[in-house]
Amino acid sequence: MVNDHTNNKDSFYHRFFDKLRSSSEFFYSIGAVLLALLIGAVIICLIGSDPIKAYKALYRGSFGTTNAIAETLLRAMPLALVGLGATVAFRASVFNVGTEGQLFIGATAAACVALALPDLPRYLLLPLMALAAMGAGALLGGLAIFLKIKFNANEMINTIMMNYVVIYFVSWLVHGPIQQPGSPLGQTEKFSVNGIIPVILKRTRLHAGIIVLLILVIITYFLLEKTVWGYQIKVTGKNMLASKAAGIKVKRIFYSAMFFSGALAGLAGMFEASGIQNRMIENISSGYGYTGIVVALLGQLNPIGVLLAAILFGALQVGASSMETMVGIPSSAVSMIQYLIVIIFIGKNAFPRLWKRFHTSKDKRA
Amino acid sequence: MDNTTNTRQDNKAEARLIMEGITVNYGDFVANDNVNLVVYPGQIKALLGENGAGKTTLMKVLAGLLHPEGGRIIVDGQEVSIDSPQDSQRLGIGMVHQHFMLIPKLTVAQNICIGLKSTGYPFPDVRKVEEELSELSEQYNLLVDPKAIVSTLSIGTQQRVEILKALYRGAKILILDEPTSILTPQETAGLFDIIHFLTKRGNSVIFISHKLNEVMEISDRITVLRQGHVTAELAKQETTERQLAILMVGREFQTEKHLKPVPENAKELVCLDNITYIDHRKVSVLNGINLTVKAGEIHSIAGVDGNGQVELASILSGLLHQTKGKFTLNGKDLSKASPKERLQAGLAHIPSDRHKYGMILDLSMEDNFIIEGSEREPVSHRGILQKDAITSFSENLVKDYDIRCKSVKQKASTLSGGNQQKLVLARELSRNPIFVLAMQPAHGLDVGATEFVHKKLIEQRNAGSAVLLISTELDEVFDLSDRISVIYEGRILATIKREEATRENIGLLMTGKTNG
Amino acid sequence: MEPILNFLSTPIVEGFFSASMRLAIPIMLAAIGGIFNERAGLSNIGMEGFMILGSLFGFVIAYATGSIWISIAAVIVIGAIQGLIMGYFEITLKVNQVVFGITMNLFCVGLTSFLYRIIFGVGNSPRIDPLPTLSIPVLSKIPLIGPLFFQQTILAYITYLIVIITAIFFSRTAWGLNFISSGENPEAAETLGVDVILTRYIAIVISGILCTVGGAFLSTAATGLFVQNMTAGRGYIALAILVIGRRNPWGVFGAALLFGAADALQLRTQLFSFKIPYQFLVMLPYVLCMVVMILFSRTSSAPAALGEPYERGGKKE
Repeated sequence: MVNDHTNNKDSFYHRFFDKLRSSSEFFYSIGAVLLALLIGAVIICLIGSDPIKAYKALYRGSFGTTNAIAETLLRAMPLALVGLGATVAFRASVFNVGTEGQLFIGATAAACVALALPDLPRYLLLPLMALAAMGAGALLGGLAIFLKIKFNANEMINTIMMNYVVIYFVSWLVHGPIQQPGSPLGQTEKFSVNGIIPVILKRTRLHAGIIVLLILVIITYFLLEKTVWGYQIKVTGKNMLASKAAGIKVKRIFYSAMFFSGALAGLAGMFEASGIQNRMIENISSGYGYTGIVVALLGQLNPIGVLLAAILFGALQVGASSMETMVGIPSSAVSMIQYLIVIIFIGKNAFPRLWKRFHTSKDKRA
Repeated sequence: MDNTTNTRQDNKAEARLIMEGITVNYGDFVANDNVNLVVYPGQIKALLGENGAGKTTLMKVLAGLLHPEGGRIIVDGQEVSIDSPQDSQRLGIGMVHQHFMLIPKLTVAQNICIGLKSTGYPFPDVRKVEEELSELSEQYNLLVDPKAIVSTLSIGTQQRVEILKALYRGAKILILDEPTSILTPQETAGLFDIIHFLTKRGNSVIFISHKLNEVMEISDRITVLRQGHVTAELAKQETTERQLAILMVGREFQTEKHLKPVPENAKELVCLDNITYIDHRKVSVLNGINLTVKAGEIHSIAGVDGNGQVELASILSGLLHQTKGKFTLNGKDLSKASPKERLQAGLAHIPSDRHKYGMILDLSMEDNFIIEGSEREPVSHRGILQKDAITSFSENLVKDYDIRCKSVKQKASTLSGGNQQKLVLARELSRNPIFVLAMQPAHGLDVGATEFVHKKLIEQRNAGSAVLLISTELDEVFDLSDRISVIYEGRILATIKREEATRENIGLLMTGKTNG
Repeated sequence: MEPILNFLSTPIVEGFFSASMRLAIPIMLAAIGGIFNERAGLSNIGMEGFMILGSLFGFVIAYATGSIWISIAAVIVIGAIQGLIMGYFEITLKVNQVVFGITMNLFCVGLTSFLYRIIFGVGNSPRIDPLPTLSIPVLSKIPLIGPLFFQQTILAYITYLIVIITAIFFSRTAWGLNFISSGENPEAAETLGVDVILTRYIAIVISGILCTVGGAFLSTAATGLFVQNMTAGRGYIALAILVIGRRNPWGVFGAALLFGAADALQLRTQLFSFKIPYQFLVMLPYVLCMVVMILFSRTSSAPAALGEPYERGGKKE
């Protein structure tokens, strides 16, 4: 019963790790990345490959050449956009897991505009497409909030269900009403030149969307940290009842956070369609909507952190394919590792605990 | 009860419970420092101390919920180690917590079966338990129906369920943690009868309270705790309320409040007209509440918890919509107004559950200060937060309300309960409200903080605001009010001037008895 | 009466009924698992991940050993381990349960596609013989009820048993009371001698086992092959089923059956080339899930302490 000697230590370690945690979340993320890569290396060993070779290939494929960097940034773009949106939603405690569906519907809306008005000048057509994409994504997200407020229906489950519904719906569209005539594939016709986002780096596919993304990172940061809206999102997310009692229009906050999140996911869809595929296709996203959510988590719901996390994930994904071709390790290994990073990061509190336990057991032995 | 005249050294061997040198730390904070406590069979021992003095901590040690860093416990002459609630129960210790430890969805008998293998394992014989409970309930005059679902029972009955639960588990030492705080005076009297009944049969009772009058009434011996230390251990006969007060707080408290009478022609600022609320289960929670509060008046609503007070406060603050009825403030109809419009019309809301409705623990004090005013100048300008203005605004409030903190950037959760309530008060009253809605504003606060809160409410009154105080604490109601209304089952049974009110008649009204 | 009976015993209708239950079983198993963790106060958003892992491992082990029973036993162990991991994060580390669940799901999808590639390479999965249908004599001949309940695989019969055991568990046993009190008022449970932490760990382990077995049912009993992402959101549908079935075993049984029927209906309709595009048919279960959940969400049956981490002894550990 008497264990006062451990207690002092206990509080010391606690304080030590508390300090570490508050001052350097960033280093925790780095640590999580390194640890996950280490675990990945063990797995690569287990399947009989050379991890050093594999990671070299991974690096070369993601940052080794100008083109590699461009591809990394291209891949980071939808992840960052979705992640920025998810950041705003999560800060308001709105669990928007419908970003994948919002991305699909955004891409489709942009495609419809591009196909309907192919002759519009670029400076009109592209903004119009972006507007349509963002509007469609926002509306889809807003529906989940409407159901939440009106019927108390769980927005997380609903947004996931909507993902399935929307993806099948889009699949029908690209196989039916907006299918490219004469094509057996689930895709639309190619957009006119005016409907394609211009490339800004020669001999790569890097398009002007990256500039829009950087601006949006700054805007989101500003909105969240400097404005009343951002403050009210934070407050509502932490304690909805107290915020409501204090006169904050919490419904408006929920809607606006979800609209913002859906709009950015929709924009990510447009970037994929009009920046990379140059048309709408059935598989416009390979799970960017979902990955973007964990990018937001790894970025600690901070716009700059989200951008960095997105670049990291973009690099991993792009590097994975070169790892596959060069060393023969399936690229899905990397998709596993990237989620492992996030799991380790979420579980970061385990380390001070284990450390403490290790020390107390050592004390006992002594 | 024959132990009361003996000094405790004489027959320590006969003691049912001895706690010696108990020390408990919460991190750096010492909740119990070398605390001693001795209880004899058939004795009623009061544990007196204000909120935060360490009474509950000490009892959690007995209940097996906390492990002390130091000290020893002797039960019936045997040194014991209480590592779990089961150990505590095996030793015959039963605790009735301030917040009832009941599962509302289950029946009384099912509640009693939880964690009790002797009722049948793994298939508890609920039928048999029901019969045994009926017997036990009759034996101790507890009037509990074992088949009833707990959520349908009144607070007083739920408390008796807790006592029944402890007895069924073979408790010989019964710990009652602030048992009267939720009861009417009449229910309290009933509880005291039960306590005497128990001790006559050889049970011991530890009665935890911060109310001097009750401690003087019920106990045989009194242990006083202050800031985790025992400041005295005496027999009731040796002491007075005044002495106990000084031992408990370290000084005398100021009970006298100077109130000049409310002028007859004072304007009726707040009017509630036929406020009715029917909840989603179609239960009518509020039945046509009519009420006025004048400028410069404190009007109290007294009543036992759960008679519609929470709903009334929620309706007035705009969190809940009344089914019927009208609420006007200073001639302005606010019946359908949003919380924001109400605040703009001059409402200040001091909620009973400040952690849930009044503040955001996880955010800085600055963030907490501007939660209502984030859209106003100079806190923000065209939607952009003005950090410097926020800091100076916050620092002013901290100074004006004497909130103890290192910096306005620190998280609200790092403040003590009293300082947290000051934070809420500072924010609410700094808007110069004309109507202050305060619900249990001193709940869980120590004497000093309670005095501060009361002083501020009276200042508001004297400055001409209308104050509506919803409270279950009769002391508070009698200390502060100009008029007292009693709420029972969603109705105002009577409104009485303070001069004409007695504890007796208010207490009777609280149990629903309108005389004649 | 006669024509109705005749209609009910046509092969198409019988096939529909037996398929309804077959498609309902995986969701039902997962949702029954969900009852355990949710009533103990813990959410398990990671059901989808548990299921996908179960369907891969169930398939692989059955393929390697040739025995579905060995594979089910192995899947039970895997589910228990995964449950423990989830318990460590949600109970001991007290991380946000939604955040962890979602991440867990994504990780499991990545893990299964990686393992699948390692084991089977690129291309379609091989096939195994799915569990045979075991018709119960006499009972299986009853119209409607026969094909629905008694022309199933043995795993389905075990599932019925699990539903019954779960119902008894929560209404009659001391353990059930422990679970309910941990979910409604963990502090009270602790004062009554219930080990809330242990109870919640047991709950999440049971949940993990039932979810992974549900996943294994998909690949081993229902189809006999593994397809990437073959759970297709069934873990999430199971979450909705929990809400619709009000966290009650019989409610969950009924609600899961409804979705099995919707799924069976859309599969059958696809076979006849009606004018309806197949995408709208595939959508049907998800749309139905949303609509019914909306209808059932007004009043909540959620335990009072659902999703709230429990700290023993108040502030102190």
